[in-house]
Amino acid sequence: MALEIGIAAIKALVVLLMVLQLAGTLGWVERKGSALIQDRIGSNRAAVFGFAGAGLVNTLMCDPLKFITKEDVVPAGADRLLHLLAPCVNLFPALVAFAVIPFGDVLQIGDQTINLQVAPMNVGVLYVLAMVSLGVYGVVLGGWASNNRWSLLGGIRGSAQMISYELAVGLAVVSMVMTYGSLDLQAMARAQSGVVASWLPLPAWGIFYQPLAFLVFLCGGIAESKRVPFDLPEAESELVSGYFTEYSGVKHLMFFMTDFIEIIIVSGMVVTLFFGGWQVPYLMRDGFHLPWGSLIAVPHLLVTLLQLVSFAVKVLFFCWLQIMIRWTLPRFRYDQLMRLGWKGLLPLGLANVVLTAAIILAVQSR
Amino acid sequence: MSLPLFLVFAALLVVSALGVILQRSPVRSAMSLVSTLFLLAAVFVFLDAHLVALLQIIVYAGAIMVLFLFVIMLLNLQSEPRETGRVGFRLVAALAGSFLALEVIQLTRAKGTVAGLGMSGAVPEGFGLTETLGERLFTHYLLPFEITSVLLLVAVIGAVVLAKRHTS
Repeated sequence: MALEIGIAAIKALVVLLMVLQLAGTLGWVERKGSALIQDRIGSNRAAVFGFAGAGLVNTLMCDPLKFITKEDVVPAGADRLLHLLAPCVNLFPALVAFAVIPFGDVLQIGDQTINLQVAPMNVGVLYVLAMVSLGVYGVVLGGWASNNRWSLLGGIRGSAQMISYELAVGLAVVSMVMTYGSLDLQAMARAQSGVVASWLPLPAWGIFYQPLAFLVFLCGGIAESKRVPFDLPEAESELVSGYFTEYSGVKHLMFFMTDFIEIIIVSGMVVTLFFGGWQVPYLMRDGFHLPWGSLIAVPHLLVTLLQLVSFAVKVLFFCWLQIMIRWTLPRFRYDQLMRLGWKGLLPLGLANVVLTAAIILAVQSR
Repeated sequence: MSLPLFLVFAALLVVSALGVILQRSPVRSAMSLVSTLFLLAAVFVFLDAHLVALLQIIVYAGAIMVLFLFVIMLLNLQSEPRETGRVGFRLVAALAGSFLALEVIQLTRAKGTVAGLGMSGAVPEGFGLTETLGERLFTHYLLPFEITSVLLLVAVIGAVVLAKRHTS
C-alpha cells in the first residue's frame, strides 16, 4: 500500500515538474523561434560567466527572476480576492489536466507493474475536457476583477471563444471515442498498436482513420489555448493585453505559464488520440514486428525507454508546430473567428461523427 | 470510500454552498456556486460515479455557470444591499427551508441507512462505468432520454425565435 502511494506520488511529481519545465523551455523556443522567423537575433544579452546559452539564460533564469521581483499591482476598485483568484483558477486546471495522459505502456520492475500514467481513469478523455472547460473561469474572472474595460472585453471574448470551440473539440473527441470504443486514454493509446492492414503497413494511428477529426481537434485546440490566430481575447492592438492587462509580477507569470501548459496539453492530446501516444511504429512489448514478418527482440526496459522517447518527441513536435503556426498566421477578425467555429468546425465535427457511426455500422454488419 | 477525505470535501462543500447565499457580490456568489458544483463532483467521485462527476463539471461548472457569469458581467449587477423589509418573503423562505430540513432529517432518521431508501447498500458490478450507464440509458430509459432531447431542441428553437423577433 505504502509502495503504491509512493509510486503514484513519484509519477505525479515527475510529470508535474516535466510539464512545468517544458513550459519554461517553450518560452525560450517561442522567443528564439519568433526571432528566427522574423529574421532577428532574439534574446541574447544575459549571460552567466560569459555563457548565454543562445538565450537560455535570458528566458529560463532572468525572465522568472524579473517576474518574481516585480511589484504586484492591484488596480483601484478591483475585487482583490477575485483578482488574486483568477490566475490560480487559470493555472490549476491546466496543471492537473496532464495527469490522465499516458506517457508509456507499463514498466515491469520485479513483480511490480507500473502503469505509466499518473491517474488511470476510465473516463480520461472527459477529465481533460472538464479541466480545460474550468480554465474559462480564469479568463472571465481576470477580465472582470481588474475593473478595466479592456480586460472585461477580453474576458468576455475569451469565454465566448472557449465555449464555442469546446463543442467542436468535443465532437472530434466523440468520433475518436467511437473509433476506439473507450474513454480511457491509455486504452486508446494501446488500441493504436500494429498496422492498419497487412497490405498497408502504416502504423495503426488515429490520424489514418480520422484525418478530419484531427483537423477539427487541432484547430479547436489552438483556439482553446487562445493563441494567434485565435488570440482575440488578448489582441494587443485593440485591448492592450486583454484579460491580463492589469496583472503584473508573479500573477502575470501564471497567466503566461498557463498559455504554454495549454500548448503542451493540446500536443499531448493530439499525440494520444491521433499519433499513437507512446507507440513506436511496429514496436510491441517483446520487440519490433516488422511488416515483412521478421521480429527483432528488444529487452523490456529498452522498449519502455523507446516509448518514453517516442512520446516526448511527438509532443515536442506538436509544441513546435503550434509555436510556428502562431508566428506565421495573422489574427482573425472576431466575426471570422465565430464563423469558423460555428459554421466551419462544428458542422464538420458533426458530419464526422455521423460518418464514423455509419462506417462502424457497415463494418460490424458485414 | 475514505471517510476523512469525504469529510474534508463535504465540509468545503457546505462552506461554499453557504457562500452562494451569504456573499453580497453577485460575481462572488456565482463563483461560490461554481466551487459548490465542483466539490459536488468530487463527492460523486467518492461514490464511484466518475462519469456523472465529470459530466457535472463539463455541463454545470464548465458551461452553464459561465453563462451565468456572462449575464452578471454584461448587466454589471451591483452588490445586493442588506435585505431588511419584506417579512412575507422571509417567512415563506423559512417555511420552505425548514420543510426541506425536516424531510432530510426524517429520511435519514427513520430509515437509518442508504439501504432504507430503497437501495441496496452494496455497489453492483460495473457501477458508474460509462458502458453500464449508456446501456441503461439507451434501453431502459430510452423514451425519457429521447423526450428530453426533443425538449432541448424546442428550447433552442424557441430561443432563436425570441432573439430574432425584434431584428426584422
